[in-house]
Amino acid sequence: MDFDLMIISFPKLLGATVVTLKLLSASLFFGLFLGLLFAILRLNKNIFINKFAYGYSYVFRGTPLLVQIFIIYFGLGQIEYLRSTFLWIILKEPYWCAIIAFTFNTGAYTSEILRSAFQTIKPGIIEAGKSLGISNKIIFYKIQIPIAIRQSLPAYGNEIILMMKGTSLASTVTLMDLTGVAKYIISTTFKPIEVFIVAGGIYLFMTFIIHNVIKYLEKKYSFQQ
Amino acid sequence: MNIFKKTILTVLASLFVIGNVYADKIKIGTEGAYPPWNSKDASGNLIGFEVELAQELCAIMKHECTIVEQDWDGMIPALLMRKFDAIMAGMSITAERQKTITFSQGYADEVASLAVMKGSSLEGMDTPEGINLSLGGSDVNKALKTLTGALAGKTVCTQTGTIHQNFLESGDVGSVNVRTYKTQDEVNLDLTSGRCDVALAAAVAFTDYADKSGEAVTLVGPTFSGGAFGNGVGVGIRQGGDDAIGKRDAKLLKDFNKAIDKARKKGIISKLAIKHFGFDASM
Repeated sequence: MDFDLMIISFPKLLGATVVTLKLLSASLFFGLFLGLLFAILRLNKNIFINKFAYGYSYVFRGTPLLVQIFIIYFGLGQIEYLRSTFLWIILKEPYWCAIIAFTFNTGAYTSEILRSAFQTIKPGIIEAGKSLGISNKIIFYKIQIPIAIRQSLPAYGNEIILMMKGTSLASTVTLMDLTGVAKYIISTTFKPIEVFIVAGGIYLFMTFIIHNVIKYLEKKYSFQQ
Repeated sequence: MNIFKKTILTVLASLFVIGNVYADKIKIGTEGAYPPWNSKDASGNLIGFEVELAQELCAIMKHECTIVEQDWDGMIPALLMRKFDAIMAGMSITAERQKTITFSQGYADEVASLAVMKGSSLEGMDTPEGINLSLGGSDVNKALKTLTGALAGKTVCTQTGTIHQNFLESGDVGSVNVRTYKTQDEVNLDLTSGRCDVALAAAVAFTDYADKSGEAVTLVGPTFSGGAFGNGVGVGIRQGGDDAIGKRDAKLLKDFNKAIDKARKKGIISKLAIKHFGFDASM
């Protein structure tokens, strides 16, 4: 074991963690909106809208994240027509390709988490709102959405952790995230064990933080207050 | 219950057999993704200059060999972990790598070159045909200066952990925006898509790709050799030691050196080089 290498590589890896966190927060931010949108579409009674939303989540949950990121990065890059459109400004950058792939992926899982949360809301609660003369819109925004978010916290916390680990795939499209820099250090030192142990430790620490934040939120918004 | 126990024992035993390095079969690691040095055919068999050369060298050494595939970025770690005994993967002999492993004498050498898509602003760069960084001199310095100006602000793509990356990061051509890829195939893909303004690799890696894909990839600037580009391509082997494996490794190095001498004298290396590169890249 080369402890000196572990100490030297630690600050470099910590710097790369910033890229990982940026990727994670951007995809979670966009993914949450996408997930909420598709969860609402899933609850729609129109069969076409419903099936469309189901199809989206089915495709993105049914294929590996690595394949999705490759299709978006290398696949779309091969379409000549696309390269002449304004879309290429975004797709040219590996950073945005990664965020797009991560957003669609986490969006699919989030939509399923939120949909099941919506469906667990007891009809009595909505009926109580209606009997008080509250409009459907307000019931949805002020009663259903807050309850659904609270209900989905434990599952969503899991999704955040999965996504955090998923960002390591950004290194496959040339991004210098935590895994990317770890691989870079290995390519000059040829010592994978030491470097990956430090990188793994940083991932573990991030999981620890996310886990505890979610636990705190769960307690704070607990129904048993 | 007995059958259950037997199965477990068999499985465990087989695990140890796989990890056994004492078997008298030389395992040679190659990437299988760097044509024409080494690549794979449509059915997944390893082919290319080094695959055929490895077989010839093993025949000369009268040793049975197996050639195994290994991703480029894990090549040297895999050798050190004894997943195989020798590397033949277009790996140039450099001082940096020699800190960790040892090399046989070189068996082939090939210049590096920049490549762009036709119509790039970098075409028609005013530089000599080839520069040798080990020789230095005013011509080389002038060419490096021209390159520094031409590459400023451009995205230069290359495979990770290669002599080409080392050169781009050496400061010889200023501080360029380097983007690194796991394989040369991916570099080629992003060069054609336009994500890379320019790419650096073995010249033949680009001409081979242009031939096979029909894409308008074209070489620009001088060809590079010497300095960061190392001293030819050799067989990578673990540094010997006093224990049994170390002694075996030291003997393997001697055997490879002798076999390369013989193959060179018989003209085998030249013949294979002409077959795969289109010119005599042997050394």
